[in-house]
Amino acid sequence: MEAFLIEVDGAAIGRRRNTTCGPWGRMWIRHVPVEEVLYLVSGGQEYAWDTNEEYLFKAMVAFSMRKVPNRETTEISHVLLCNVTQRVSFWFVVTDPSRNHTLPAVEVQSAIRMNRNRINNAFFLNDQTLEFLRIPSTLAPPTDPSVPIWIIIFGVIFCIVLVATMLLILSGIQQHRRKHKGPSEMEDTEDKCENVITIENGIPCDPLDMKGGHINDAFVTEDERLTPL
Amino acid sequence: MAGTPGPDPPADGGGEARPAWDSKLQYLLSCVGFAVGLGNLWRFPYLCQTYGGGAFLIPYVVALAFEGIPLFHIELAVGQRLRRGSVGVWTAISPYLGGVGLGCFTVSFLVSLYYNTVLTWVLWYLLNSFQHPLPWSACPLDLNRTGLVQECRDSSPVSYFWYRRTLNVSADISDSGPVQWRLLLCLAVSWAVVYLCVIRGIETTGKAIYFTALFPYLVLTVFLVRGLTLPGAMQGLTYLFTPDLRVLQSPRVWLDAATQIFFSLSLAFGGHIAFASYNPPRNNCRRDAVSIALVNSMTSLYASIAVFSVLGFKAASDHGQCLDRNILHLINAFDLPEQSVSRDTYTAALARLNASQPARVAGLPLEACRLEDFLDKSASGTGLAFIVFTEAVLHMPGAPVWAVLFFAMLFSLGLSSMFGNMESIITPLLDLGVMPRRVPKEVLTGLACLLCFLTATCFTLRSGSYWLEIFDQYAAALNLILLAFFEVIGVVYVYGMKRFCDDIAWMTGRRPGFYWRATWKVVSPLLLLTIFVAYTALLASSPPRYKAWNPRYERFPSRQEKPYPGWVLAACALLSFLPTLWVPVVALGQLLARCREKTRDPLQDGRPKPRGGRAC
Repeated sequence: MEAFLIEVDGAAIGRRRNTTCGPWGRMWIRHVPVEEVLYLVSGGQEYAWDTNEEYLFKAMVAFSMRKVPNRETTEISHVLLCNVTQRVSFWFVVTDPSRNHTLPAVEVQSAIRMNRNRINNAFFLNDQTLEFLRIPSTLAPPTDPSVPIWIIIFGVIFCIVLVATMLLILSGIQQHRRKHKGPSEMEDTEDKCENVITIENGIPCDPLDMKGGHINDAFVTEDERLTPL
Repeated sequence: MAGTPGPDPPADGGGEARPAWDSKLQYLLSCVGFAVGLGNLWRFPYLCQTYGGGAFLIPYVVALAFEGIPLFHIELAVGQRLRRGSVGVWTAISPYLGGVGLGCFTVSFLVSLYYNTVLTWVLWYLLNSFQHPLPWSACPLDLNRTGLVQECRDSSPVSYFWYRRTLNVSADISDSGPVQWRLLLCLAVSWAVVYLCVIRGIETTGKAIYFTALFPYLVLTVFLVRGLTLPGAMQGLTYLFTPDLRVLQSPRVWLDAATQIFFSLSLAFGGHIAFASYNPPRNNCRRDAVSIALVNSMTSLYASIAVFSVLGFKAASDHGQCLDRNILHLINAFDLPEQSVSRDTYTAALARLNASQPARVAGLPLEACRLEDFLDKSASGTGLAFIVFTEAVLHMPGAPVWAVLFFAMLFSLGLSSMFGNMESIITPLLDLGVMPRRVPKEVLTGLACLLCFLTATCFTLRSGSYWLEIFDQYAAALNLILLAFFEVIGVVYVYGMKRFCDDIAWMTGRRPGFYWRATWKVVSPLLLLTIFVAYTALLASSPPRYKAWNPRYERFPSRQEKPYPGWVLAACALLSFLPTLWVPVVALGQLLARCREKTRDPLQDGRPKPRGGRAC
């Protein structure tokens, strides 16, 4: 018994009226004069909303109802539109074949929900621009890639950083080894020179107690206690 | 005497020469990179906007001239002359002042913990920017796929992505929750990048700084050009820069300008001292100080022009959407044909309808759409970067590109500041000789980074962002001001103004003039003391509160103001005073040590007293 208000090209708000479409009949279907046609611009396709488009809409609703079991005999003439406004919003009801009762709202709701996509595409509209009040749309799930993108980028950056750090550490170790080999070689040659000198003199210097003659113990401690300037 | 200053302190020993910069440019870029950080981008524009646009520049320039540049000059001169990190420098000036260096070291450690966490957040956003559509452009679906997630629907997709998908913030600071593994991974990469760049000290940071210091300027220019061509940008710029001189009467403006200069130049961290210590001894540090400080301020201005043009665009687009919603209400209510009312004709149409059917118009839920209201919505800090700017980027064509550029710029801005922070931690450790000589520098830096990383995992808890605010407000601010005060007093009164001027004359070839001597002796210490007192009064005037993100709050999405629990307040107090406590502790310790030495050996009276010593 309830009518659906359908609004075209409107966003969130529409009129909600619980009154029925009323006894169907010609007087309830407003004739839209040709010179007041409305241009719908949606999806890049422009077309005027006229009685032919209404016919298409009725056909789509009838098509949706025919897919429901037990309702395969729904005809286009069973779908009624009324209260058409310039915003392109109207009410519609679907009657049973005997044209005495209107079909329950729940049936029509579920039928339209199933075929929402086809109805939208017939008019080059989408869920936002073709709104059926009281029929919530099943929202499309966002495309979730199997591996979130951020993990991929993270892996790339981490690998680069790791490789660069390893390279730097390795080159540091190499430099370190080269530096340590260098000075130790120099020390060896210095020692050799000293040994050579002492032997070349002919007199081994070791037995001569050089230290004994030069160092005075008293002075040593004094020097050590002085803080260096 | 002017030609022969006191004997140079020994170069850091073991026979290895102190590392040196490859070129003057490297040194300048490092200092500029350290000074120019995230605050230049998200604090300065906010202050400009809040304090009367162009009028804010007046207290800013005054603070720069009387506080920023003199203190900066002292740091560079002292580091260059004494050729040591912060701990070594203050110990060399006077053993009693060693605590200042330790305080700087502690503050640098605390700051690098939370600063790198901000970089972690930036990195997370950067990783998520490589997709179209951007993940913060739409709300995710709820479980039965009939609608959007409630929390997102009530607030906004951008806020939802920040508070829930990034931070997964808890509703209360005592509710710590588990460690967020995504943030932990990004934290690890963040610290790995920092380690990679500071692994051999200035040898490696000197190479990295060429990129990290210059890249932000490139991106800022790109954003500036793009921003200025967006609709609404000029309105944003004119509105936000129009000076309102009345704000200068409020003392709060002067306090904020002074603190902004202070923190913007990264003073009292010890980082500039460390950088200057690697300079050749004869280098014109006065010219360096003035030029780096000016570059820092110019960057703030440049960044705010770019930021304001994008914010102006965002305000204009929000204003347009507000008008669109109102137009839809009108069209629905009065059955007007589509597109009969446009944004430009909205006011006229509304007036016409109001004249003919005022009762119906009054019943409609129309919003008041004024462009100034949208322009007035200001944000600073993480709010600017992660909520306002990300939303603005969504409206720009080619959004992922701009998001990637923006977050890459933020990351390199923060990274170059982190270099300075890490240098102010590592250079004192090297100078103190914490590790034996045989251990290579890479190990020391690795251990420092590892320790920082492990400690910073506490910021990846669900309550991490609340703790970060605490660290930001309490650990850094007061301590740095006090330490800077001790620095000036230490150099001017303990080291001696005359000796300091002689050193500068030896290094730069000219004695400091009256302006320098006056600011060092009187103006800067007074200013610092005033700022400290005012800041403490400000913090103490209201009981500390924080704003929690609580989806169950009745006025959600407004954030719920909650007081800190007792144990958190204790932590705040500890953070505020612990670093500065080093100063009296070390001074007392030195005093006790000298007294003990004296009582042990009275014969030492005849010797020349050690520098700075006093008979006790």
